[in-house]
Amino acid sequence: MDALIGQLINLFAAVMLILAFAMLSQRRIVTLIHLFTFQGLTVVGATVVVAYVTQQHHLYYSAALTLALKVALIPFLLHRLIDRLNVRWDIETMLNIPTLMLIGIVLVVFAFNLALPISKLSASIARGTLGIALACVLLSFMMMITRAKAVPQVIGFLTMENALFFAATSATYGMPMVVELGIALDVLVGIFILGVFMFQIREQFDSLDIRHLEKLKEE
Amino acid sequence: MEALFLVLGIPLVGGLVLALVGHRPYARDVNVAFSLGTFVAAVVLTIEIIADGPLFAWDKEFFIDPLNVFLVTLTAFVALTTAIFSRPYMRLEEEHGKMTPRRMRLYHSMYHFFSFTMLLALTTNNLGMLWVAMEAATLTTVLLVSVYRTPASLEAAWKYFILCGVGIAQALFGTILLYMAAHPVIGQGIEALLWTNLEAVKGQLNPTIMSLGFVFLLLGYGTKVGLVPVHNWLPDAHAEGPTPISAVLSGLLLNVALYAVIRCKVLTDGALHSRFAGDLMVGFGLVSVVAAAFFLSRQKDVKRMFAYSSIEHMGLMTFAFGMGGPIANFAGLLHMTVHSLIKSAIFFAVGHAAQKAGTQIMEEIRGLLKVSPTVGWGLMLGALAILGMPPFGVFASEFLILTTAMRDLPWATPLLLLALGVAFAAIFSRVQPMVFGDTHLKPLAHPPALVPVFVHLGLGLMLGLYIPPYLDGWYRQAARMIGG
Repeated sequence: MDALIGQLINLFAAVMLILAFAMLSQRRIVTLIHLFTFQGLTVVGATVVVAYVTQQHHLYYSAALTLALKVALIPFLLHRLIDRLNVRWDIETMLNIPTLMLIGIVLVVFAFNLALPISKLSASIARGTLGIALACVLLSFMMMITRAKAVPQVIGFLTMENALFFAATSATYGMPMVVELGIALDVLVGIFILGVFMFQIREQFDSLDIRHLEKLKEE
Repeated sequence: MEALFLVLGIPLVGGLVLALVGHRPYARDVNVAFSLGTFVAAVVLTIEIIADGPLFAWDKEFFIDPLNVFLVTLTAFVALTTAIFSRPYMRLEEEHGKMTPRRMRLYHSMYHFFSFTMLLALTTNNLGMLWVAMEAATLTTVLLVSVYRTPASLEAAWKYFILCGVGIAQALFGTILLYMAAHPVIGQGIEALLWTNLEAVKGQLNPTIMSLGFVFLLLGYGTKVGLVPVHNWLPDAHAEGPTPISAVLSGLLLNVALYAVIRCKVLTDGALHSRFAGDLMVGFGLVSVVAAAFFLSRQKDVKRMFAYSSIEHMGLMTFAFGMGGPIANFAGLLHMTVHSLIKSAIFFAVGHAAQKAGTQIMEEIRGLLKVSPTVGWGLMLGALAILGMPPFGVFASEFLILTTAMRDLPWATPLLLLALGVAFAAIFSRVQPMVFGDTHLKPLAHPPALVPVFVHLGLGLMLGLYIPPYLDGWYRQAARMIGG
């Protein structure tokens, strides 16, 4: 049974990593949001499995919180946002995707090496996945750097939050509930502010291209 | 205990009330009243701490000791003077058409929520809540940076949001690692994130996890401190937002972020028994001081220039806390205080000067002394004070930092002196023609609020000449606690 559970958690972790790569190479905004929703579901799945095995009840609550926030509310808000901004079918031109993938692989190797000594010290049954969680954080970081449009950058930001949440589950069975609620509140407020912000940007520049936002530089 | 409740409660209620009435003309006075209330509560809290010693509240969720109580008072004080300053300043911005009633409501309400998040970050004992409050501090100010809706301010706010968001996400990972290290020692649950509990068992925390965790925490909170190379958001956010916001960002938010780093450093030092954390801070601090001094000399915008000066001074404090030991820590805390006071005073004076000139470009601001001697003198004295001229307090703290560096890290001293010299030449040569010389500026419709400027400068001067015994006692206790 334990072996099976262990494999199940590893499976979820693998799905997280694949989704992170998929998002890195995805050019359609609407597909990005779908991928983000799947990623949220994966985190929920992993959390429920860990909660079931360890009998940590607070993990069920945090899984429910993730489900409500990252699978339902935030994707819903993002869909509304891209409808109202009329960017649903936008396709982004990006730099060379194969190169991005290669850099991504290097990042994964780096993250595994960094997490190796740490994950040995963890008591969690999901400790093997800490490396993957860190890799997902770095990949979403790279996604934010390489995107030129506002909405994908925000999705990269949220993906990073998902990966951190996954890291907390795999390293320590999740953060205490109060802290998790606080983080959820911050994320939610952040989404609203970003939404307001995107309308302001578009009103000002007639586009959501972040490349307009490169005037402030040191001469 | 009641005082602590009020310190957190007043700005929270203030934010809610002003969210409803913040656009009315009397909101400016309500804003000052709530800030005054917070300050009075902070003073009462301070008196209680002096009388009874450290205080726990709500199941140890909140904890007040000499290190954070002085920062609470400083935060409440600068928040009050900034509110006084912003009364005539924002009124003029409204008359110049840069602020609408709706924007005023946003500004007033967010100002108090911002105070609340900073005070929460300072008083909480829970390192997870500290993170939540730091993130919330970004969220409350991001819409204020873009409040003028100019292309440059939108860009600055976007950068601020994304860079600080990414930075603070690294700090969350660091916090997770910290929790993981505490797990085997303290066990599951909220107890394992309370700083006082962690401090009690810091010798048993796993050193490998703690060292990796501290790297993430330093990078994360360091983004908000404005350490080079993760400082890019800072000059833009300072230059493009309204001046009261620049003053509180520079004077308060950066301090709170550095406070978070110091709390984490104490734990890391205890777990590692090595100079690892201190050396990292020394490195980042030194790079920030030197890089900021050279960036500073190339600025044309006055608020940008003083923003880089903030990076320089935050770097100097990080360097001091990194060296550790009673004297360097004392100097770091003193520098924190005088930098807050004087930098916010400078931003007040600069705000009025820029309003008179209608621009922030330094070459177009000339002869302030002729139009408004008080603004001119405020700016001149503020600039001299921040550059470390005796007898201002910055001189005392910089002198202590430099002499400690000569003893502990002799190789760093010439670099620091070089950076301070470059900064001196750059700022003085630009401020001098702004204050003296001929002018074409016009007087403003309302008299500026210059009391805060001179109160701050006076306090900065006093701290250079004489440190009151109780303040001295706090600094010493806090410096001992930081250790190093």
